[in-house]
Amino acid sequence: MRISENDMLELIAFTLGDQEFCIEVVSVREIRSWTPATMLPHSPDHVRGVINLRGVVLPVMDLALRLGLAPAEPSPGSVIIVTQIGSQIVGLLVDLVSDIFTISAEEIHPAPDVSKSMDREQIRGMIPMDERMICFLQLNALFGAIESEAA
Amino acid sequence: MDMNEIKEIFFQECEEQLAELESGLLRLNDGDTDPETVNAVFRAVHSIKGGAGAFGLDDLVSFAHVFETTLDCVRSNKLEASPDLLKVMLRSADVLADLTAASRDGGTVEASRTSGLVAELEAYAKGQPLPSASAPAAPAPKPAAPEAPVAEAPAATDDSGFQPVPFSFDAIDGDDELAIDGGASVFTVRFKPRSDLYAKGNEAVLILRELAKVGDLQVRCETDDLPSLDMLDPEGAYFSWLIRVETESDEEAIRQVFEFVEWDSTVEITAGADEEAFSAPDAAGEEQPMAAIPFDLSLLEDEPVVVAEAEAPVAAAAEQPAALAPANMPLAAKAIAAEAEKKETAVPAVPAAPQTIRVDLDRVDRLINLVGELVINQAMLAQSVVENESGGSSAVNLGLEELQQLTREIQDSVMAIRAQPVKPVFQRMGRIVREIADMTGKSVKLVTEGENTEVDKTVIDKIAEPLTHMIRNAVDHGLEGPDKRTELGKNPEGILKLSAKHRSGRIVIEIADDGAGINRERVKAKAIENGLITPESNLSDEDIDNLIFHPGFSTADKISDISGRGVGMDVVKRSIQALGGRISITSKPGKGSVFTMSLPLTLAVLDGMVVTVADQTLVVPLTAIVETLQPEKSDIHSFGPSQRLIAIRDTFCPLVDVGNILNFRADLANPVDGVALLVESEGGGQRALMVDAIQGQRQVVIKSLEANYTNVPGIAAATILGDGRVALILDVDAVVTASRGQPLSPDMMLAATG
Repeated sequence: MRISENDMLELIAFTLGDQEFCIEVVSVREIRSWTPATMLPHSPDHVRGVINLRGVVLPVMDLALRLGLAPAEPSPGSVIIVTQIGSQIVGLLVDLVSDIFTISAEEIHPAPDVSKSMDREQIRGMIPMDERMICFLQLNALFGAIESEAA
Repeated sequence: MDMNEIKEIFFQECEEQLAELESGLLRLNDGDTDPETVNAVFRAVHSIKGGAGAFGLDDLVSFAHVFETTLDCVRSNKLEASPDLLKVMLRSADVLADLTAASRDGGTVEASRTSGLVAELEAYAKGQPLPSASAPAAPAPKPAAPEAPVAEAPAATDDSGFQPVPFSFDAIDGDDELAIDGGASVFTVRFKPRSDLYAKGNEAVLILRELAKVGDLQVRCETDDLPSLDMLDPEGAYFSWLIRVETESDEEAIRQVFEFVEWDSTVEITAGADEEAFSAPDAAGEEQPMAAIPFDLSLLEDEPVVVAEAEAPVAAAAEQPAALAPANMPLAAKAIAAEAEKKETAVPAVPAAPQTIRVDLDRVDRLINLVGELVINQAMLAQSVVENESGGSSAVNLGLEELQQLTREIQDSVMAIRAQPVKPVFQRMGRIVREIADMTGKSVKLVTEGENTEVDKTVIDKIAEPLTHMIRNAVDHGLEGPDKRTELGKNPEGILKLSAKHRSGRIVIEIADDGAGINRERVKAKAIENGLITPESNLSDEDIDNLIFHPGFSTADKISDISGRGVGMDVVKRSIQALGGRISITSKPGKGSVFTMSLPLTLAVLDGMVVTVADQTLVVPLTAIVETLQPEKSDIHSFGPSQRLIAIRDTFCPLVDVGNILNFRADLANPVDGVALLVESEGGGQRALMVDAIQGQRQVVIKSLEANYTNVPGIAAATILGDGRVALILDVDAVVTASRGQPLSPDMMLAATG
């Protein structure tokens, strides 16, 4: 995915363990607190289950596990970011929403080619901010094809 | 509203008219002699033709016209509705449906199909049925080029006078007696402005001036509506104009002149001259207008009174109560009037249909979703009241009970909105039977029963396809050819019976034929050949019959175009199962077969048993459960390395641990601690499903898992329980299949790594 030079991006940052990640705000539908999910049989490990989002059956993904990190430990303080990925609505379990900020495209640094589990396609780039480093995720690549994943 | 939207509505209405047409013809075929049935059929064709004319769908118009002419002969008792004629008409109805579809979606209908039928219909209309008509298979003689309605129209203007007036001005125009030499045509325009026209700053004279640009005018102002001065409303509209336009342009050009005032005035444009109306005033009127008035009055006494003229206090209207047949009009105009009159008398004859409105399906679905939420919320509220108040105050409980009653009623009513009779689907089957019968050279009579049985729209939409397949199969494989039937001493005409009824909260659809029944020897031989069974398998008759639902099974000796491409009954079975339905067959050799489909009435709610499995709450569809039982230790027997059987009365039934199958727990639960649900699965045979506990029984709203996730093996759908949590609905058949040793999902490994 190319980002054109003049694009300003509005991002929402959150933490998973001791790392910080962000996604585009436009794909976020709402943010809600964690509620216990109903387990789905025979589903991949990172699928926590389904919850009731005002009558809609919403699958909740453990984003940390999906990225190959240690599984999240849901607590009442945990947060589900409800995102729209393609035609589907998917909840992402994260520890904490930390920031909402706007950056221009040139502030995004290319991701280093180190990790196998964190595929470069899944990462749009790295954003340095103060002392922190935020990893900009490509949701479509992570969960874009839930169907093809399981089928 | 643009033209396309209007056209869309026209096609929607066409579908209704076509259904009406077909059901009417079928009633006639069954010996109905009610003139109203003929009228209904006629009206259906007439409406299609009228609408099609407005949209310039010429193919449709010309075919509908011929059809209508023949129907008119039947209507006026000049032609008897013989079975042969009805056969032709039914085929014509099919072609009309195809022409409508072709007009809507593009594409064409083979000219040979229409021209043959046109010739047959015309022959009937002339009272000389073609010899071929009695033998539908024989080729129809080459017809004269299908006559355009233009030439036909006046010919048919006989005593019945029922002519397609609203859109056939061209036809009248084409009539020689009205045409003026030199290619110019004459129109008579009656222009009666309402006071609104003046109120909006329009001026009649400007419009007339505009009209003068179209052609030569003869204008006469009619003043007889003018009240005496003391009655006069200064802002009222009392004058109307009778205009004779001689023009080389068409009616459209004239209509355009009135484009901006058409809502505020009455404009009637008729082809042909109203010569008489003009002759008198022409002679006397212009010089001596005062003297001409009594003349005019006598002449116009019979003029139709424009009822819409409400705001003008027309005293004269009361004196001339709705005299509809003008005496002084030329022939064509008279026919129009006669038509108008007929229409008016015909309308009350129609039994008053219940009023209906068209509603976008999305809106209904939204409502149903909301009501689903309401039901869930009501349950949640009830649960929290029970939890928070021990005993509870009686007022709250009473209120809750009433709320529960109301929500249930709302839910039922909303579901009823989507409930539709299966009739349209059954009607479509009539056509399929006719087509297949034609192709296979068999003679088949379709008998339908219970076509007013109602079922949810979601179900209706989905049964058409499996039903089509089964009907094709029944005609192609089930029924014998006429010769064979005669040989067997059966009526050469095979009977296919399609029936629908409600039975214990489900809809049961039966397709029964009186054909040969299932040839078990051949089925068995074929199954052995295909390796589905071994020669030494010991199968009951029922088992053999059920083999035809096996994937890749087809018994037809030769593969026909109609059925038997190896995608046979297994596809039907799968699509019915996908709807939460089941299908079974009973067959008697030589007597025929009966296919029975049982389907849920709706795909939106389900009666389920709420159970606990490994701390998870699951819902098991009640329809699948035969009985529940508490296993005793002595009933449980180990079988093989990991299987266990439970003794139920005299039989041993495999015990299936649901928690284990769904991967909720790795080890097998102790059966004595739980409850066994005896279920009947599609593949036949019973299984005892082990669950930990039964929580209760309730109706749940089905929520799709696929919408935001994907299909989960072993799980049919999800629902939301009273505590607001999602519960999964068990796919009993998938679980039973999995218990036979096939893994629940062959891609489980892949999914786990994904």
